[in-house]
Amino acid sequence: MIGIQPIDQYARDISDEKQASVIDGSSKGTDKRYTVLHKDYSDPDALRKLAASIKDHTLHHLEDYLAKAEQSLTANGVNVHFAATDEDARQTILSILRSHEVTQLTKSKSMAAEEIHLNPFLIENGVECLESDLGEFIIQLDGDEPSHIVKPIIHLNRRDIAKTFLREGVTDQYNDDPETITRQARVHLRRKYMQAQACITGANFVCADTGRFALVTNEGNSRFGMAPVPVHIALVGIEKIIPEEKDLAVFLNLLGRSATGQQLTVYTEFITGPRSENQPDGPEHVHVVFMDNGRTDVLASNCKEILRCIRCGACQNVCPVYRQASGHAYRSTYGGPVGAVLSPILFGSRFPELADLPKASSLCGACNEVCPVDIPIPDLLLRLRDKAKRESIPSAGAIPMSPFATLATSPALWRTAMTMSKAMNHLPIQVAPIKPLQDWLGQRTLPDSHGGDFRKWMHSRKSTPQA
Amino acid sequence: MSRAAIFAKIESATAALKSKAAYPQYDMSLVHSQPKLEGSDLWEIFVRNFAYVNGKAMTSTAELISFLQGTSQLHGYCDPALYDSIGSQLAAAGLTVETEYHRDRYDDYQFGITRATGAIAESGTLIIDDDRTSHRLAALSPWVHVGVLERAEIHRAIPDAIAAFGKSPNIIWCTGPSKTADVEGILIEGVHGPGEQIALLV
Repeated sequence: MIGIQPIDQYARDISDEKQASVIDGSSKGTDKRYTVLHKDYSDPDALRKLAASIKDHTLHHLEDYLAKAEQSLTANGVNVHFAATDEDARQTILSILRSHEVTQLTKSKSMAAEEIHLNPFLIENGVECLESDLGEFIIQLDGDEPSHIVKPIIHLNRRDIAKTFLREGVTDQYNDDPETITRQARVHLRRKYMQAQACITGANFVCADTGRFALVTNEGNSRFGMAPVPVHIALVGIEKIIPEEKDLAVFLNLLGRSATGQQLTVYTEFITGPRSENQPDGPEHVHVVFMDNGRTDVLASNCKEILRCIRCGACQNVCPVYRQASGHAYRSTYGGPVGAVLSPILFGSRFPELADLPKASSLCGACNEVCPVDIPIPDLLLRLRDKAKRESIPSAGAIPMSPFATLATSPALWRTAMTMSKAMNHLPIQVAPIKPLQDWLGQRTLPDSHGGDFRKWMHSRKSTPQA
Repeated sequence: MSRAAIFAKIESATAALKSKAAYPQYDMSLVHSQPKLEGSDLWEIFVRNFAYVNGKAMTSTAELISFLQGTSQLHGYCDPALYDSIGSQLAAAGLTVETEYHRDRYDDYQFGITRATGAIAESGTLIIDDDRTSHRLAALSPWVHVGVLERAEIHRAIPDAIAAFGKSPNIIWCTGPSKTADVEGILIEGVHGPGEQIALLV
């Protein structure tokens, strides 16, 4: 079927204002990353390749490292849980919260929690659950979805945000100055931190050797969220494990620079367990929930390299398709090149619905070039296109080639088609009542047909005597 | 139940691999940023990189007092262990200094003076170790955080600070003031935590 793919539809319908926000935000991110990496390292590629090989080693021995991480965490006094599916993860977290009688909590940004739609679930079950990252807080107020891994509100401008704050009562006066917006959120959220009884976070890296896990934020929201509460729950994808503490140096140096052009994210917190006895602030109960939710299917697939991903968003910033279409066009938690690979396989049952995503790439390779763990994203996109073709999935936009083959193997038919095609220059075919044709032409302009000109030229050439 | 299911699926996936990647042996110098490490005095390297992330480095209590008075941050908290050496001088200069942090009055403290248990010269980072810091919140809720640092506790590079983790259950690295660029990519400091991050060398 030739028709408009869902991602094209998003790119077509996105407002100019929103598109300008996305293009501006993402291109700045790309520039900063490039400048900083090349200023600080003579050969940043060597570091990327090293990070890739550490991740591959860990993934290839994941059963050992996961078991080791579990053992280390348990020895440190952390309660370790496992969740095979999204539903298991939600129920596990809810039962932990109930066992500690938690009714109110704050949550720092976690893609894993986005993936399982944790917020709405907890709110339905009577737990007040507030996002504390500024961008995620605004997303939550709007009932929106993040459109970028690192910059969740890249699609909004200051006026959108000021309107939301006024509408939702964060302030009683409209003010779209970014500093004022930030101060309003500061006042609102610290009151919530102090009222909460728990804090939910993700984790960026878990060291198998000691169980120490690292958590990074620029705003300090997870640090603040955890300081006054007795309970901390970290929801962690099983691919977040690295072998040893010393490997943190490789990944932290790459993460900050790739994500935001910083050597290190401002607050980098290392946790092995409940707070020290002589420390009055911080959780007494620490829970780590290791979640699969499709990751083992990815590990078993021919796209397992995508599990190296450290969620920096550099591939989103650099991608020409992402910049035009925005993150929401990818219709799942993960947008951009990483999402085009991860979403169709991570959410396996949604493969037919998301199979157009791997097609939404010119295979220019920029995503691979900027990736801090050297994921060969263009190769993986091709493997997924192949999978969609083999499974005959229509949304992947596979164009049936058999009518063309019939035409091309019959000289008489071909000749007629060529002559006819010239007539089409004078017909308004874009208004032809053929839906797929209309959709296709809605995104493209056809050049004028010169059908038959070549044959004519060949013919006249043959009849001219050679000198 | 979930645990067994997850391990079974991992094992079946990794068993199907034709070859398994070995752990790469690597030299830590690969992760050092040479331009950031330029210089020989660790404090000087730290000061340069700390300024790059908008931190303020100071070498005397008098300098701190004049900064706090100049910005009208006149009421704050000081770790009792630092009161004799630093807090008392602030009090003598007319500032209000509390040695107990009360959570219910979190907004009263305009500055918080705590120990920085280390620093990283390469990245301009202050390190706060749970075991040796009086209050996590005192380094977080006030607009100004002052980390009091000893010269001997400055690490040269990031891997050195990792190697020195020890047994503490919680360590945080603070590389500049709390910040965001969520609104149109514009840098704003002091989102949830301090808008001023000060390193005071003693």
